[in-house]
This record gives sequence, structure tokens and C-alpha cells, in this order.
Amino acid sequence: MSLQRKTNKRYLNLYFQVHQPRRLGQFNFFDIGTGRDYFDDGLNQIIMRRVAKDCYQPANLLLLKLIHKHPGIRVTFSISGSALKQLEVFAPAALESFQMLAATGAVEFLSETYYHSLSFLHSQKEFYAQIKMHDDKIYKHFGVRPTVFRNTELIYNDEIGMMIKGFGFKGIFTDGIERILHGRSPNRLYQHPDKNLNIFLRNYRLSDDIAFRFMQKKWNDWPLTPTKFVAWLAAMQPTENLVTLGLDYETFGEHLKASTGIFQFLEGMLTKVTKHKKLEMVTPSQVISLIKPAGVIDVPESISWADEGRDLSAWLGNDMQRDALETLNRMELKIKETGDQRLLHIWRYLQTSDHFYYMATKEGDDRGIHDYFSPYASPYEAFMNYMNVLSDLALQIENRERDQIHSEHAANTEFLSPDALKKLCTDQSKWKPETLTF
Amino acid sequence: MKVLMFGWEFPPHISGGLGTACHGLTKSLAEEDTQILFVIPKADSEITAHRVKIINASSILIPVQEDRNQLSEAQSKSEATNIISNVETIVIGSGLRPYNSPDVLSQEPSISQWNYQFPLSSFVKVKNETRVRYQFSGGYGPTLMDEVEKYAKVAEEIAGQNTFDIIHAHDWLTYSAGIAAKEVSRKPLIVHVHATEIDRAGENGDPRVYKMEREGMEAADRVVAVSQWTKNIITSKYGIEESKIAVVHNGVEPKEMMKGIVVPPIGKRIVTFLGRITHQKGPQYFIDAAEKVLQKFPDIHFVMAGSGDLLAKMIERVAQLRISSRFHFTGFLKSDQVDKIWTVTNVYVMPSVSEPFGISPLEAARAGVPVIISKQSGVAEVMRHAVQVDFWDIEALASTICNLLKYESLSKTLIHKGDEAVRGITWSKAATTINSIYHELTA
Repeated sequence: MSLQRKTNKRYLNLYFQVHQPRRLGQFNFFDIGTGRDYFDDGLNQIIMRRVAKDCYQPANLLLLKLIHKHPGIRVTFSISGSALKQLEVFAPAALESFQMLAATGAVEFLSETYYHSLSFLHSQKEFYAQIKMHDDKIYKHFGVRPTVFRNTELIYNDEIGMMIKGFGFKGIFTDGIERILHGRSPNRLYQHPDKNLNIFLRNYRLSDDIAFRFMQKKWNDWPLTPTKFVAWLAAMQPTENLVTLGLDYETFGEHLKASTGIFQFLEGMLTKVTKHKKLEMVTPSQVISLIKPAGVIDVPESISWADEGRDLSAWLGNDMQRDALETLNRMELKIKETGDQRLLHIWRYLQTSDHFYYMATKEGDDRGIHDYFSPYASPYEAFMNYMNVLSDLALQIENRERDQIHSEHAANTEFLSPDALKKLCTDQSKWKPETLTF
Repeated sequence: MKVLMFGWEFPPHISGGLGTACHGLTKSLAEEDTQILFVIPKADSEITAHRVKIINASSILIPVQEDRNQLSEAQSKSEATNIISNVETIVIGSGLRPYNSPDVLSQEPSISQWNYQFPLSSFVKVKNETRVRYQFSGGYGPTLMDEVEKYAKVAEEIAGQNTFDIIHAHDWLTYSAGIAAKEVSRKPLIVHVHATEIDRAGENGDPRVYKMEREGMEAADRVVAVSQWTKNIITSKYGIEESKIAVVHNGVEPKEMMKGIVVPPIGKRIVTFLGRITHQKGPQYFIDAAEKVLQKFPDIHFVMAGSGDLLAKMIERVAQLRISSRFHFTGFLKSDQVDKIWTVTNVYVMPSVSEPFGISPLEAARAGVPVIISKQSGVAEVMRHAVQVDFWDIEALASTICNLLKYESLSKTLIHKGDEAVRGITWSKAATTINSIYHELTA
């Protein structure tokens, strides 16, 4: 409190979510058992190159220019592993522009699961393994290790907080919805009820003013201008000392095309913020060193930033989604027993939350958003396609099990010692993501 | 004997049993030296039939004079009319769902079309100064009611241009054509009932379809029903005199089946449902039985092959029961894909709520698959050795599936008996009966 009174600053944390799923190709019933690839990397390449051209590159270049001009700018990125991998393979120039941003020192990267998965629901061990993979990848490309975590689609509850603290993180992001705030302001730093874990709450109103309402002509405040937006940021209660804005990075140039003026808005807004006496841009780890949490946030039930429900219903709202995820999760033990890194990698890619998002059967506004992202004509097609892939994967596991019995048999005839065999198996099960082609 | 026959579909372009039946019957009739002029709305070069002359209704020119009334009528009814030189596309939203067929709701792509291969095309009117010609889509799309009406118009022209002894019309789509041809030629008319609106939709059918069915049956000199089951519906629901109805069971054509497994080995033992996923076919009973079977045999896999307006609901039901990892939906299958499915099927189930005949169980038996059929089906009258259960009796269905999976001797016996039965159920038998009806009516 004393620090706050002294500085009388309002901190602004702006974070961008960068994610691209590895989409599946059409996989019909007769493709099961044929060895056909699951992923449509042709489509993934087209999409990644388009988004890199329309969004990642122009937005990164704009940020680089602005950071150079206004050293006070701070930006936070959360880039999923599957997006990073696709940047590597399909859009190396865009990846390079992220690296240039990292080199400015004005950018912080958040931790998350490599596969943008729902693994926290199912297995803490799996959850951790995927976080570790992601953070290794961030380190490889940007030379830093994240200290603040952002779960898939801002999904959060007290238990996730416990796990994340246990993994050594200092803070976590989630959505600042009324259900958990009970009348308090989202524009403050909070903490976990039992653990010393900082909780960043996204101001979803202000974030959605940009992401969803920027082009809504019926909105009372349309058109949104940088002046108007910065005035809102400035005109808060004095105690509201931290505003977190979180947006899909694809908002800039992909969801909202360049012709809408969204880049000009971003430029104007950042310029005005840095010039404003009261406002200061910060990264999450700066926040943690600058201010103390204002109170405790209890989140007994899972929340997220998705759909009107802001819960898990975008991915687990119907029986198809639940049955598909349960079927996938049941394969964990068998997949790991095969020691086959390729199968493990595939199984993990199938955990990406987008696959379940496509199976949602919601109506109203939510449906429009799901449809926008889905490559399928309907949730039923998404489900059938996904289940066919799982059936094929189950067959591949069976085949591996059979091969293993054979090879162990063969190994025995060559008089390999049990120790040597054991070593062979552990060597195999070591995770080596970089040796994989994708 | 020369027969003017009206159909709606013919192999290879078929969406259900009607095309298969027309093909089997005409082929055997031709072998008995009956001459057949077979009219279909849309014929292309892929459609050929030995000793059967195919008349493509889409190529028939009608003098424009006669068409004037029809034209204005069609235009007043149409929602959108595009005239590109002399091609006029008439799009009519009738909202009709005659067969609950996958492409019925085809204004926009929908789940029921998933994997559906039947070509979607439009109904086009081609017109010049003196003549007009209708290019039928020949499907079951939104223009269906209008196409049925224009088909009758074309039938009138065909009846005037050709000589024949008798008229034979297959299912309600062609009854108006049959009646029109009868009025022009004064020749006797047979309507052949492969299915009724009562089978398709119970008491909630489309009244327009029901009306056309009844008018066809009333105008006919003889009604041919594909089973006693159907005959009973015709008398009780359509009020047709019993003496006017003849029961002629369908046949099944012999076919060299694929050997060896050529389909995904999704499981060691597979139970299959194959048909349109509609109310009539009882897919929900199959799913509920599957759940019970899985409690006894957790490693059995179930395949639901086909498409239809209940597909989405059935997927949801399977997911709700948490059996998706054992239950597979294939979407609509082409004929060679069906053959592939038979090679891995251990039990075939047809739990139809009301099935006039049901050719699929015979095809399954022909492929060496043991068959369970509902008592509410016409095919039950000719497959004495298939296991029969009431469609609603899920316990009995589940227990029969379990028995067939458990007792190899039972399943082997059924395969053997099924094969014997199929050999006896031939189209030539049906053709002989039909031929005698022709002679009786023309005598």
C-alpha cells in the first residue's frame, strides 16, 4: 500500500495469446488402420503462413518500432508450443520477429502447456511434463525461463493454483469475472487462498472492447479510439492499480483485418499510454516486485475466458466432448508403456483443447465463435473425425504392444541381460522433442 | 408383353432399396422375354441395363403449347427463378421429407449429409420457342414435389409416343406418372408399393405424400405389395380392398463376395447396423442394445453405417452412454464400401420399426453374416431362419447379440441357413409372379 500511495501509478499489463492448433485432416472410417496421417499439415501451413503475414509479422514489426520510439512499452506473450513449432516450420521469419521482440527486454513470455491442452484435469504428471516441454522451447528460442503461468484459455481453479505454485511459478493468469470477484475490482493483484501465488485477473470488459466490440457499430461507444480507451484506463478508482488486458494476438490483422484500422488503434493506444503520467506499462514479473496482492481470490469451480459461461463448457459442455476426452485419457498408460515417442507426441497433440472446442453444440453467440474457428461443417463431423483418429491410434498402440512382445522375445534369444533390456527401455522413454520431425 | 415402367432411381445412382429392387426385378423380367421401357427422371451413361430400354425423362421434349399452364403455375410457386439463355432453374422450397433421405435438407450442408456421395444437382427447365424439357435432379431434394408433378407431365408425353401393354409404377414418386400414362393409353396400371408413408413416419407423415399414395393405389388395377406386412398397412391405413393386392416378395441377386478382411480391423468382433439413420430404421434400439452387450463383452465394436436425419441425435446418445470408443459412425456408404463392411461384420442387426421388406438382411446373409431382424419387417416372412425380435425389446436384442457372439455353433448355423434362404429368394421368382399378373390384367 505504501509503495502504491507513493507512486500513485496505475500499472498496465498487456498480454497477447498466440496459439495455432495442429488441425486434423479428414479421417474417415475406412482410413482407420491404413497408416494415413492424422494431421492436415498442408492446411496448417496455409493458415500459419496467412496469419504470420497478416498478423504476427506486421504486429511484431509495429511493436518493435513503438518500443524503439517509446521505451516505456511493455508487452507479454503467451505462445503455445504447437504455435511455436508451426512458426519454426512454416513461418521462420515470423519467429525471428518474436525473437527480436524478446531481445528488446521489453517483452515477457508466459508459461503454459506445450500442447495447449486440458491435461491439468487428468494427470498432474502429464500437466507438468507439457509445461516443462513448453518452457524448454521458450528457453531455446528466447533465452528466458517463464516465471508466471497462463493455463489453456485462462482455465483456473484453486487446485490448479496449488499445482502451479508447486511447480515453482510466482503467478498465474485468469479471467476477472464477477463470479469470483464478489463485487471487488478486477483491476488489482490478488492471491491464492492457501499459497503465495499471485493471481492476475484479466479485465475482460476492456479486453473485449477491443477484441469483440471494435467493429460493432451498434455499440454505444463505437467507434473506439485510442483517446477514449486511454481515458477509461485513467479514470478508475485510485485503488485500482493494475489493469490486465488479454487478447488473442490474432485480433490484430486476422480476426480484425488491417483495413479495420486495428493496427492504428494499437499504435495510438500504446503511444498515448506511455505518454500518460498516471499509467505505466509493466510485465507480470515486474508487477510481482512492485505491488502486493490486495486480497485473496477463491475459485472452487473452474473458470475460463471462453463463451458466455466462462467455464469448461466450451470443451466439456456435451457428452461427445466428455466421451472423446475420456477415451483419449484412458490411453495414457498404454501409450507410455509402448515407450514410442512418436505415438506419445501424437497422443499429446490430440489433447489440444481446440479439438474439443470444435465439438461444442452451443447455440446463440457462442455458436458463432465456435463456428468461426472450426474447420468442420458441424460438431458431429468434428467428433466422428476425432473418434476415427482415436480408433486408429488405439490400433497403433496394439500393434506396438505386439511388436514389443516380439522384439523382447528376439532380444532374449540374443541373450541381452535384464539390465541391458531395462536400460534400452528407459533410454527410449526419454523425451527428445527436437529429434522429432514435427 | 411390353411394359412401360416408371422408377425414380436406378443403379449405380441409388440412395436406398428402391433402385436395387427396380434393377433386380427388371433384369429378371427381361430374362423371361418381357420387354421393358424403364423411365427414370435422370439417366446418364453410367446407367445401363441388359435388354431393358432406359428412357431418360430429362431428355423428353414436350410441346410448349401444353406446358403454358404448367409454366405459369411453376413460376408462381417458385421462390427463385433464374433464366440463363434458355435454361431455367426452378428452386422450390417444399420442405418435404419423403424418405428422410440424407439430401432432403440440402439447402445447406448438414450433418445428415456427412460423407454422403449421392450427387446433388438442380432441377432445370430448358425451353425454346416450341418445346420444353425438364432436366430432373432425380434426387430427393427440396424441388421433389415439383419434380414429381413434372415427371407425370413427361410421362403423359412418353405414353403417347410409345406402344405398350401395361404400366407399372414403383413407389409414390411415380404413381402420378402411372396415372397420367393410364389416362392417355387406357392400359392397365400396376402400382408397386416398396414403402409407405406410414412406414417412414408412422402417423406423422406428410399428408401430400399419403394422398398421392392413396390416389395411386385407388387408380391402380392391381397393387403389388412387397410383403404381407405392407399389404396389411395398405388395407388398414389406405382402405384398399384386399382382393386388389398381390404380395410379391423382393429377391436378392447373387453376387461374388469379397474374400478376406479389407476394412480397418477396429476390433476382433463387430456388430453392424446398416441403413438410413431415420425413425423407421430404429437406430436407437441398436444403440441401447449395444450398451447392454458391452457390459458383457467390453471388447465388441459396433458400426452404424449410413446417414439420415437422426444421425446427430444418435451420436449424442452414444456419447452420453460413454461408448464412443466402441461405437463407430461411418456416414453414408457406397456399395463397394458396404461389401467391405460385411467382411468384418460378425452380426448384422436390422431393428426397423416398420420395414416393408428390407433387402439389407438378405445382402448380409449373402455375404455370410448372421442376421437379427425385427418382427416388424417384411423380410421376416421369407427369412425363417434369421433370429427375429420385436424392435422395442432391447433386452431380447442384446441377449441375442450376446448369444451369437458367444456360441459359434449358433452363428455358424445361422450363416448356413441364411445362405440357403438367400438362394431361394430370387428375383426370378418375383418376376414370374409379376409376369402372371401382367398376363392376367391384359388378357
